Amino acid sequence: MAVELDVFVGNTTIMDEEVYKLWLDGYTVNDAVKVRMEGGVMEECEASADVLLSDTMDQYRTFQMCERLLHSPAKLANQLLFQITPHRQAVLIERYYAFDDAFVREVLGKKLSKGTKKDLDDISAKTSVTLKSCRRQFDNFKRVFKVVEELKGPLVENIRQHFLLSDKLGRDYAAIVFFANNRFETGKRKLQYLTFQDFAFCAGQLINNWTVGAVDHMVEDMDVDLDKEFLQELKELKILITDKDLLDQHKSLVCTALRGKTKAFNEMEANFKNLSRGLVNIAAKLTNTKDVRDFFIDLVEKFIEPCRSDRWTAADMRLYLTHYTNSAHILDTFKHQVVWDRYMGVIKSCIFKMYHD
Amino acid sequence: MPGKLKAKIVAGRHLPVMDRASDLTDAFVEVKFGNTTFKTDVFPKSLNPQWNSEWFKFEVDDEDLQDEPLQVTVLDHDTYSANDAIGKVYIDIDPLLCTEAASVISGWFPIYDTIHGIRGEINVLVKVELFNDLNRFRQSSCGVKFFCTTSIPRCYRAAMVHGFVEELVVNEDPEYQWIDRIRTPRASNEARQRLISLMSGELQRKIGLKVLEMGGNAVVGYLQCFDLEGESGLVVRAIGTACTLDKLSSGSAPNTNTHTHPNTAPASNACNSPSKDGKEPVFGEDLLSSSGPPTPFRALPTSSSSPPPPFSPSKPCSRQSSSSDTDLSLTPKTGMGSGGSVGKEAGPLKTLLRQQTQTALEQREFPFFTLTSFPPGFLVHVGGVVSARSVKLLDRIHNPDEPETRDAWWEEIRQEIKSHAKALGCHAVVGYSESTSICEEVCILSASGTASILNPRFMREGCLDIGIADHRFEEPSPPSCGFCHIPYDELNMPFPAQLTYCYHCRRQKVPDVLFTTIDLPSEASVTGKGCLIQARLCRLKKKAQGEVNATAISNMLPFMEYELHTQLMNKLKLRSMNALFGLHIQISVGENMLLGLASATGVYLTALPAPGGIQIAGKTPGDLSNDHISTIQKRINDTIAKNKELYQINPPELNEELVGSPIPEPRHRSRLFRSHSESSDEVSELDLSHGKKDAFVLEIDDTDAVEDIHSLLIDAPPPSGFYSCNTEVMPGINTWTSGVQMFTSVRVFRLSNANLTNQGLNKIFTDLCENLLKSFYFKLRSMIPCCLCHLNFTVAVPEDELIQVAVTAVAMTFDKDQTQEKPAEKPITKGSGDTEEQLQFSMELCADSSLANSQPPSKISGVPESSNISSRDRCSTWLELLRLKAHTIRRGSVKTISSLERSSPLPDGRSRSLRSTRSFGGTSVTVVKMTPLSFLPGTRIIKYLGIINMFFIRETTSLREEGGVSGFLHSFIAEVFAMVRAHVAALGGNAVVSYSMKECVFMENPNKNQAQCLINVSGDAVICVRESDPEATPSMTNSAQSCSSETDTAT
Repeated sequence: MAVELDVFVGNTTIMDEEVYKLWLDGYTVNDAVKVRMEGGVMEECEASADVLLSDTMDQYRTFQMCERLLHSPAKLANQLLFQITPHRQAVLIERYYAFDDAFVREVLGKKLSKGTKKDLDDISAKTSVTLKSCRRQFDNFKRVFKVVEELKGPLVENIRQHFLLSDKLGRDYAAIVFFANNRFETGKRKLQYLTFQDFAFCAGQLINNWTVGAVDHMVEDMDVDLDKEFLQELKELKILITDKDLLDQHKSLVCTALRGKTKAFNEMEANFKNLSRGLVNIAAKLTNTKDVRDFFIDLVEKFIEPCRSDRWTAADMRLYLTHYTNSAHILDTFKHQVVWDRYMGVIKSCIFKMYHD
Repeated sequence: MPGKLKAKIVAGRHLPVMDRASDLTDAFVEVKFGNTTFKTDVFPKSLNPQWNSEWFKFEVDDEDLQDEPLQVTVLDHDTYSANDAIGKVYIDIDPLLCTEAASVISGWFPIYDTIHGIRGEINVLVKVELFNDLNRFRQSSCGVKFFCTTSIPRCYRAAMVHGFVEELVVNEDPEYQWIDRIRTPRASNEARQRLISLMSGELQRKIGLKVLEMGGNAVVGYLQCFDLEGESGLVVRAIGTACTLDKLSSGSAPNTNTHTHPNTAPASNACNSPSKDGKEPVFGEDLLSSSGPPTPFRALPTSSSSPPPPFSPSKPCSRQSSSSDTDLSLTPKTGMGSGGSVGKEAGPLKTLLRQQTQTALEQREFPFFTLTSFPPGFLVHVGGVVSARSVKLLDRIHNPDEPETRDAWWEEIRQEIKSHAKALGCHAVVGYSESTSICEEVCILSASGTASILNPRFMREGCLDIGIADHRFEEPSPPSCGFCHIPYDELNMPFPAQLTYCYHCRRQKVPDVLFTTIDLPSEASVTGKGCLIQARLCRLKKKAQGEVNATAISNMLPFMEYELHTQLMNKLKLRSMNALFGLHIQISVGENMLLGLASATGVYLTALPAPGGIQIAGKTPGDLSNDHISTIQKRINDTIAKNKELYQINPPELNEELVGSPIPEPRHRSRLFRSHSESSDEVSELDLSHGKKDAFVLEIDDTDAVEDIHSLLIDAPPPSGFYSCNTEVMPGINTWTSGVQMFTSVRVFRLSNANLTNQGLNKIFTDLCENLLKSFYFKLRSMIPCCLCHLNFTVAVPEDELIQVAVTAVAMTFDKDQTQEKPAEKPITKGSGDTEEQLQFSMELCADSSLANSQPPSKISGVPESSNISSRDRCSTWLELLRLKAHTIRRGSVKTISSLERSSPLPDGRSRSLRSTRSFGGTSVTVVKMTPLSFLPGTRIIKYLGIINMFFIRETTSLREEGGVSGFLHSFIAEVFAMVRAHVAALGGNAVVSYSMKECVFMENPNKNQAQCLINVSGDAVICVRESDPEATPSMTNSAQSCSSETDTAT
């Protein structure tokens, strides 16, 4: 004796946000029922386990049917099958495209390919995000990537328009796409302390300042690829470290400005040349794709770690980088002010963001 | 004369990929009407084609316009092989044929395929130009409006209610034709869909013709059903109530219900007489002559002398007889009765009134009304539920053009109903509905309704318009309780009943319990809240064939009805209520079992006496330990007390002393017929003979009985914050807010145990229903406080060991705070039509009555045995009565059973639409609300766009891949909703009212990975505006009117 068929269909599609979350998190129906029972819904309405099971199955079915539409969210608005209020549609989409920071941290910068998809089991085990949920998140990344890859116009805008995401989520996806496209290395042990939000912020900086789109608004891939010309120009910055006079001059200017303003002054003075070489070398190497991938690891190794071992505070860092950047303007023989600003602007904010424990 | 149909294919979107190589589709469209087909160009390589075609023009008869749907087929062009069909859209163009309606259908329609479901959408534009047709022999009936709504539609006024219309058409079922063996399932499904669409078009046209003949312009409460008789064919039948409706000006629209005279004076306009020009409201003197000629029907040529043939000659079997031959001895008095038989009644004038009315109604073949709620004053008295069932053996329909057999079957049933009504002293049946249950070759036909006496005013031309209250005849019934008064002669009651003086007016007799199939009249005063009451019953039956099977079934029916009735009665008492509204009893037949499900909404009518308690008694004192009995008794008493609190039933106390002798004693309540009456104030002795007792006794004589009592107590009340009812709205709740959620739920239960007993089955069935309700409460918990309204359960036995329950209902939110107050005011406001004196009087009475109520329980304990016996007696007489009437007919045998019943008439058809103002809903897709009720809370309907009546078949050969049976049905139901919404939106509407799913036939074959489902839905497409939005109305109406006037000129 068993219920063989059990459906409930509302004219306005009924969706329970809690169940939606469980579904997105990849719980099986039975596990979801358990979680709900523990959550205490049963008391709310004198429900029994059967009722809960039936409700959960119904909702899961509904979500599965909606999933197809969620893959191209624009369709959700003008499809006729489900009558869902616009507000509810937005919630559905936003939640569907939301991801776990732990998961995204694992795939950030990796190629969104079948190969990576095969590794999802490991990632699932490592992050304790269910495999089902991992797949959804991975497929979301891939889908967004594919769609915006070939589009003209600003990346964030494209993502938001095609997937009807909030500004915040749109930016996050832009970061993911940007990282995947440039294959930035984020998985090294030294980078483990960085969160996805740190990287997303940096990605935003890079997109806004270093890509083709920063100068030209109507090119393909404008926000995904770094501006090659700019990268070439960066080589010119080498003069700051190769020209001994310039280097010394730069150092004295910075030191003059810093003296007495920080406890770490001695370390700054002692390390100036090293640090400056580090930053300028990073700039000079960015024409190599390989070095672009190592951009973050280089930042950490060449700059952040030395500073950290000298126990600079965040304020020290700020102070130092500000003066380091500004002082270059006073150098008479340094002619690459524009490139310098474009470079240091991003570096500064990235380091500010990345300088934490 | 022809009309011109024009269609334009604009664009498609979200088409499926038909060419794997390119991931694209080369789509084109065929537009077909009748035998004419047009094609668009191929729009290559796109999933969102823009055809923007020319206007395809079809020049056709208006008859065809009514019958045929416009068929739009989307195909994928293939150079080398046959073109692949993507899917179809059937567009019913009937809404365009009504002058008041739209001149265009325009919108996105889901492209539907019976195998794949919805596959993208197509934007279509359709217009019709009609030429006026004055040919009186025409076969079309364009312009007659159809409404599923079972009350006078909100923006209309009933100028006249003509009465019952019915029609049926039969055909071979394409699924069973030989050709089906060689064609694809898709072709077969499409043939069926198309045939049913054609048949319902034809049916509606024929009904329309009858309406025109009667002089009406609309059908209200249109209920269309399909009987899938399998091998023997396909029957499409419909019933409805013909009316003449006047459109209210937009200003007064919201007040539909208040514009008429309070129901003061049925007597005054008692119409009588042959006044040849229906307009002259002459009453009085010549009343006596009424028995002669019929009251004229407006449709008739006016001369009253001609025998009124209210139905078209084409209708088979139309009979004139008013006093039917099926009347048995139980008929207390016929309408034609001489003054003598009614002498006891209030006075000659009333008698006359009754006679007049009856005369008027009896001229009709069937004085039936599919309406369930009425304009004020229409319903004078209610007698009780009447029902009839008949078991038939199906045989092949040999000649589709002569559906006589089926017609004759229904004719018999209707005659039964009519004679039952007469037995209750009633001349009409309201809340009338018909249904069937088919299993193999056995078919149970059922009809039920509420016997009642109506105010003839509404049947006469012009009467309504003149506010005539002829004060020569004072109407003694106070408005709010009049309908409760018994219609039959208390000296000559059709069944034993306990009468008391009305607790409201104290002048007339009322029964102790009232069962009806209609909605609670708006003027009725109710104490507390109502609730859904269900009786559920399963009976095993041996498998058998043919006549043996039919006989077995018909032998079981009376017992099932009896048991359902007993259950209802017990449950009613347990809730301390005294009346049922919206009663609907469904008996469904399977190979090895019969299922019975009775649903109704229980209420405490202030005018009726308080119900007594339930008394438990052992058969003999020694039978069961007294402890056991007293435990049960205590549980029952506790439950009653709890329910009183839950439903806020605190009737004002009524002091027996004050009331004096005429408070009779309710006793048993198993009454089958109930009624209203005009019986006199004087006669009261009779009642006293029944003794005073207030307890209803349940006897525990065996374990079965114990089980029964347990099962009584099983029904869990809804969780707090929820109410439920199967009527339009919950008695006692008036403060609806705008939250509305219509839903359909289907459950199929597989019985695995072959050795089930009746008890076991009952338990399973009861649990199934209860669990369904629990699921609803849980799912809708976010809407609390809310009420599930119009809970409509349908049961079926699709296969040997399967029980299927389908429910459609609407959850509506309400404002809790205000609810508390309103019920209290209600009784007071009720009386408004009365003089002040009366008002006060009634209030006193109310106050009194509860006093008295508090007494009875203490007295109960005594006398259980005797009263119990009498209840049995009553039932047995009733059964005998049934038996008397049962007779065998042809191959099958017939039993009829009168009992209480009601079904919600959910008609369908199609209708007119109007130009659409698509201003609703913020998104690109118009939001379309759906509700099984006739209104949407917080809104005002400003235009009816026509009937939605759609039939879909869905089949799959990849059941597992589609998520199993649940996944399959879930998406199908969602698709059906989507298609209904799309059609409404294309008509320019933003809501469907009186929505119902009339058929949901599900078949599966999991071994073959296959399943098939048929769904039939109907409703009225409407435009509604928010009540708080005074501006919207005029402007929208204007635009609508200007459109309709366009159409007018074209017509």
